[in-house]
Amino acid sequence: MHLDHGHTHHGSVSADAHRPDGTRRALRIGLGGPVGSGKTATVAALCRHLRDTLSLAVVTNDIYTREDAEFLLREAVLPPERIQAVETGACPHTAIRDDISANLEAVEELEDTVGPLDLILVESGGDNLTATFSRGLVDAQIFVIDVAGGDDIPRKGGPGVTTADLLVVNKTDLAPYVGSDLGRMARDAAEQRGDLPVAFTSLRSAEGVGPVADWVRERLAAWTALPAPTA
Amino acid sequence: MSLRATARIAAAADGSLPVLESDGPLAPRRTRAAAPGWTRVTVVGAMSAPLGGDRLAIETEVRDGARLRVDSAAATLALPGRVPHPAAYELRLRVGAYAALHWLPEQLVSAHGSDLRVRTDVDLDATARLVLREEQVLGRHGEPPGTLFSRLTVRRAGRPLLDQELAYGPGAPGGWDGGAVLAGHRATGQLLVVDPAFEEEPVAARPLGEHGALTPLAGPAALVTAVAPDALALSRILDAALTELADV
Amino acid sequence: MTRSALLVLADGRFPAGGHAHSGGAEAAVKAGRIRDAAGLEAFCLGRLHTTGLTAAGLAAAAALGHDPYELDAAADARTPSPALRAASRRLGRQLMRAARATWPGPGLDALAAAFPRGAHQPVVLGATARAAGRGPEDAAHCAAYETAGGPATATVRLLGLDPYQATAVLARLAPVMDEVAARATAAAREGVDALPAASAPLLDITAEQHAAWPVRLFAS
Repeated sequence: MHLDHGHTHHGSVSADAHRPDGTRRALRIGLGGPVGSGKTATVAALCRHLRDTLSLAVVTNDIYTREDAEFLLREAVLPPERIQAVETGACPHTAIRDDISANLEAVEELEDTVGPLDLILVESGGDNLTATFSRGLVDAQIFVIDVAGGDDIPRKGGPGVTTADLLVVNKTDLAPYVGSDLGRMARDAAEQRGDLPVAFTSLRSAEGVGPVADWVRERLAAWTALPAPTA
Repeated sequence: MSLRATARIAAAADGSLPVLESDGPLAPRRTRAAAPGWTRVTVVGAMSAPLGGDRLAIETEVRDGARLRVDSAAATLALPGRVPHPAAYELRLRVGAYAALHWLPEQLVSAHGSDLRVRTDVDLDATARLVLREEQVLGRHGEPPGTLFSRLTVRRAGRPLLDQELAYGPGAPGGWDGGAVLAGHRATGQLLVVDPAFEEEPVAARPLGEHGALTPLAGPAALVTAVAPDALALSRILDAALTELADV
Repeated sequence: MTRSALLVLADGRFPAGGHAHSGGAEAAVKAGRIRDAAGLEAFCLGRLHTTGLTAAGLAAAAALGHDPYELDAAADARTPSPALRAASRRLGRQLMRAARATWPGPGLDALAAAFPRGAHQPVVLGATARAAGRGPEDAAHCAAYETAGGPATATVRLLGLDPYQATAVLARLAPVMDEVAARATAAAREGVDALPAASAPLLDITAEQHAAWPVRLFAS
């Protein structure tokens, strides 16, 4: 081969905590959960809540290309160059768990083009209760379910509900109408999750995403408190 | 008997044709150019000749600063020969500095039972311009196609710009009529426009209806690729593209 | 090096991004050119003998250690569709990421540094096979297998095609994959100028149409 100038570092090969230039990369938080539970609405609310104090960007993994990205663009929660859509070939869970290469391309491209970034939210395509993010892609993950999906979801468990770093139970305002028992959901979640936190949200008010935003800020503080990476 | 013939054309900047050699069935003739500053050569009648076993070639040199248009008086018809060998048809085109070549032959028709290998080698100076059209019709009206292999290699300043090989008909490897290649279409063609001006302003890729696409190449060039149910429909796509992309 | 390295590289679970690409099958399904197993087989057969052969030649040449700049330029000249050039470079970058994590070494590092925006996927595939200790035949086999495997998997998802039928299509095409890999390898041994350039007009045309769709499941 005519390329013989030795070993070089180019691009991170996996979830290294630093970028090629040695600076700390953005914290990556994944948001997963079943179709219609309010993942995209949560991402939009988080962006509105955090965009004035943090440099952030979003990667969407749509089932159909760009649907969620288009929603975020329409809502104008971030400038378009901060939103990237990844195509998933009809398998959204594959793109966030088994073959994360397209998502890693997208997060690195965002850091290269609009960086430096504090936070990148990676939204999964709507999937079932088994979809979780690879640790090679995100540093922490949020699993979003809603009360309308049935108050037995926390009891049923599954990797998302059981192991996500934060479980969000969304649309609490609908609980009386769909006959969901929030107390029971909280007890079942605690049983499945032990000490892992649960947030109950209703995004009907602008402040509804507050508990999730607070949790994100805590994670970010812990991330930046880590010793600076050495190149 | 099978034929071997090589015709030669050379055009100079002053509008003269220092070389204009006929050979066998290949007879290039000077004809009246429509555009001022251009020299025109028409390959007369005899292009309808490649029979099985024939080896025909046309060598064309457009010298520095010259502007040459080459066309043909009739379609080229590949026919079966008396010998069971493929016919070969080679085009070697060289275009020099600040020179331009418009290579606009009529359609190539691959008649049932024929077997033709076409090879087009184009060497362009970095400052040269080229308009090249290829139209292939698989079978005369209502007949199954012959076998046709066609390789087009274009180099610009010594580097590859476009390299494509098409293979159709009963002698081609399988799948040529499947959903990836022709899917039942019986005419296919390309229009290539190379112009250093595209370096600054490349064309934007876009579909041309259901059956064609305009694509910028990785160099200063635009390619139109089209398939069509028949020769007429193909011409419509490529003629419209020719009008849009080149002042011909 | 072991033969099993080839299986690791050729495995559909190898995390190099291929799962999001249909190899033109999504457009062919929409146009009604693939409706069933027979349509899939004709599609894959044509793709194998055209862009599959071309990709296999490039992969074999890269596995032999031919100049990657020359091979990358040859790939550009053989890929008139900008949508397909972009997909190929993107997949090349994704494969490079997986390859460097799997078979780290100076050869792949140098190739990655030389093509920060990604080399064409078959070139990276050949270099990966080389890094994994496999030769040009294996690189060409991988390229040929992907050529048919991608559309087959995509068609199962797009049409709900019976997966046994789709797999049977791949098995029936196995001798063709062998033939394509052998031709590609023989050409690669002759040098870059001898590499195949077989092309498929409909794949080029529909790739541009597909890239312009507002809604699609696959990246290409």
